[in-house]
Amino acid sequence: MKLRELVELLEGELLTETDHLDREITCAFGSDLISDILMCTKEATLLLTGLTNPQVIRLSDMIDLLGIVFVRGKKPSEDLIEMAIERDLPLITTKFTLYKSAGILYNTGLRSCKI
Amino acid sequence: MAEYWNIVESIQARHDSFLQEKPEPEMSISYEVGHKDFINSGKASSEIKLMLKRLGVNPEILRRVAIASYEAEINITAHSLGGKIICNIYLNCVHIVFNDSGPGIKSIEKALEPGWSTADDLVREMGFGAGLGLPNIKKNSDVMHIDSEEGKNTLLEIIIFFD
Repeated sequence: MKLRELVELLEGELLTETDHLDREITCAFGSDLISDILMCTKEATLLLTGLTNPQVIRLSDMIDLLGIVFVRGKKPSEDLIEMAIERDLPLITTKFTLYKSAGILYNTGLRSCKI
Repeated sequence: MAEYWNIVESIQARHDSFLQEKPEPEMSISYEVGHKDFINSGKASSEIKLMLKRLGVNPEILRRVAIASYEAEINITAHSLGGKIICNIYLNCVHIVFNDSGPGIKSIEKALEPGWSTADDLVREMGFGAGLGLPNIKKNSDVMHIDSEEGKNTLLEIIIFFD
């Protein structure tokens, strides 16, 4: 699914460069535990999370992230958005909860990443 | 000092010869890691990964190095008074040493149990403290060595071979 479609489904807002909307999202993973995210992502994946500290962006230096969706209306600071733009990493914010966001995307056919 | 070693069985012979030959590293870099500095923590690991990537190390190995190194770097930030990372790059492996200024690990055995954690609220709020740090380091490294004692420093070293 294109990121554009995903943003619409989650009634979300893209926080990074507009051309990110054309990115292809192949699978997703959701967690608020960094060790879980590190342990469970064996392929490039979209991450759904409630964490908005700099370490979430730093994570993308270690593992391949296709983008990050901040759930429950969380919005990262400008510094974080800047860090993501430097890394060419798409960021989205949605007011939906982690459960609801994951449910919507799963129902549309976005599969879970290999763990 | 209490000590713990984990050496992947198929690596034992290579590790023995590595210890015997004591080769000179091709490259050696050190980084300082600050106590509770969650803004900068992780920078060293991301630089180490980038350096190895430039040297042509395969992506699956890069992922293992990055995860093990990042978990160890975060451990220094979250649990110690600060410390130092020394990354030695050899032709066929990387050897990373994480040495902090204390306060040491009370029980290494406990610390290795998945889910066991001494993290405070700040650390947990950041998404850490799930008690998976050391298990994740063990899982991703070929050799893992911990030397620690309550009231002393903690020394953690890992070796990951490139092939």
